[in-house]
Amino acid sequence: MITFESVTKVYSSKKCKEPMKALDNVSFEIKPKEFVSIVGRSGSGKTTLLKIILAEEKPTEGAVFFEGCNIHKLKMKGLPFYRRKIGAIFQDYKLLCSKTVYENIAFVMQVTGAGDVEIKKDVPKVLEIVGLAEKSNNYPAELSGGEKQRVAIARALIHRPEVILADEPTGNLDPYNVLEIINLLVKIQEMGTTVILASHNKDVVNSIGKRVITLEKGKIIRDEENGRFIL
Amino acid sequence: MFVAIKRALKTGWQSFCWNIGSTIATIFVLTITLLIFSSIFLMKDVSDFMISKVQEKVDVSVYFLETADDKSISKFKEEVLKIKEIKEINYVSKEQVLADFEERHKGDPILMSALEEVGGNPFSSVLNIKAEEMDQYESIKNSLEKIPSEAVVKKIDYFQRKPVIERIVNLTKAASNVGISLSVALALISVLVTFSTIRLAIYNNREEIKIQRLVGASNWFVRGSFLAEGALCGFLAAVICLSIVALLSWLLSPKIEYFFSGLNIYEFFCQKICSLALIQISIGVGLGIISAFIATRKHLKI
Repeated sequence: MITFESVTKVYSSKKCKEPMKALDNVSFEIKPKEFVSIVGRSGSGKTTLLKIILAEEKPTEGAVFFEGCNIHKLKMKGLPFYRRKIGAIFQDYKLLCSKTVYENIAFVMQVTGAGDVEIKKDVPKVLEIVGLAEKSNNYPAELSGGEKQRVAIARALIHRPEVILADEPTGNLDPYNVLEIINLLVKIQEMGTTVILASHNKDVVNSIGKRVITLEKGKIIRDEENGRFIL
Repeated sequence: MFVAIKRALKTGWQSFCWNIGSTIATIFVLTITLLIFSSIFLMKDVSDFMISKVQEKVDVSVYFLETADDKSISKFKEEVLKIKEIKEINYVSKEQVLADFEERHKGDPILMSALEEVGGNPFSSVLNIKAEEMDQYESIKNSLEKIPSEAVVKKIDYFQRKPVIERIVNLTKAASNVGISLSVALALISVLVTFSTIRLAIYNNREEIKIQRLVGASNWFVRGSFLAEGALCGFLAAVICLSIVALLSWLLSPKIEYFFSGLNIYEFFCQKICSLALIQISIGVGLGIISAFIATRKHLKI
């Protein structure tokens, strides 16, 4: 489903004399309906890898294919249609601060062209799932970190995407909510959605017990089915 | 399509209310721009009015000999009317000239006693000729000279007025050129300031634009709300500007009329209100939409 072919990503800036290699010749494949955890220390390239899948960043070298299509050769017009197949949970939430919780989630459905009736039916359901039904009229600034994270999760789920990219989705949650969210992601995967989880939470990754790709300094040092968090 | 427009308008309205600070700044700058355009529009009419008033006072006068009879004067008038540049002629008999003079100077005993000293009627009958355009007087004078008139015409009063006429023509042209250049420069500056204000407002929303793109929104979906917001700002600015122009012209009209007789600014405004409103709304909404379109383009490249 998703194929990385010798992907290298180098960040260079005028201020920094030496270019920074975030990913170094990375190749792997993710099959449909798979649950993959990407682990590694901070700065190992996890977030860059997810950004490349979302076409937020372009690889310096190599190519990334989604269902056989090179996603970085997609034109601007085609890019939104590709992104609608992905539900992204960002590390920094990326919620629209001028919209309420309800509107943030409804926005994704509006983008995909869903009708008002469908939106009114689905948004309360997903808010119920993430336990934010009572906060639907609050703005992101009025929520705690954990609540924002749950809104981000709800937004990623609402349009039933083919792939879910989760960048540290449990980073701001208390242990009880961590378990609940991870169980939810596993359940979603079991229902047929591909889930790619980037995390440096050892307990979370080990409790899942599925494929684990370990990154270090931009390189894949381990790729195991039923893997564990080992650094 | 209808749903997309409805959603763009709704989101535009929400963004309008949410960013109230930058919205007010944008409306303020747009209002100033529209005020400049409105004054250019109204000033053109006012200057046309004033120029036409000055032009009305300019003419060529043909003075007839005392010996010229009515028949030969009529024949001369018929020839004059054949000159195509002529707008109108006005014949004043020497009796009428005397009566007008007496009426005008009846409060001046020195002039009246001088007139009595001269005795009889010292004035000649006169034919005042007005041209269609200011620069046609030279050619009218040439045409007049070609009409056989030795037994009728005493003198053609063009050479005495020629410097005045030429000066007015030059002044009119210069004023018009300066006015156009100044208007274009002002309009350009105001458009640039408006664009910068809207660009700044959209720059503050760059993170939201990025998020919208990342969750799969198309460029037009993202742009729609900003275009709606820009149009809304433009429309409100047009309404505010129209109210300000109405109020100012109503307040200043009596004072201006006192200085320039016959120039009623408020009447001008009332006559032109429809076209002025149309111009203001078109410029306001157009400027809002175009600025928003250009300003969002940069942030959509993700």
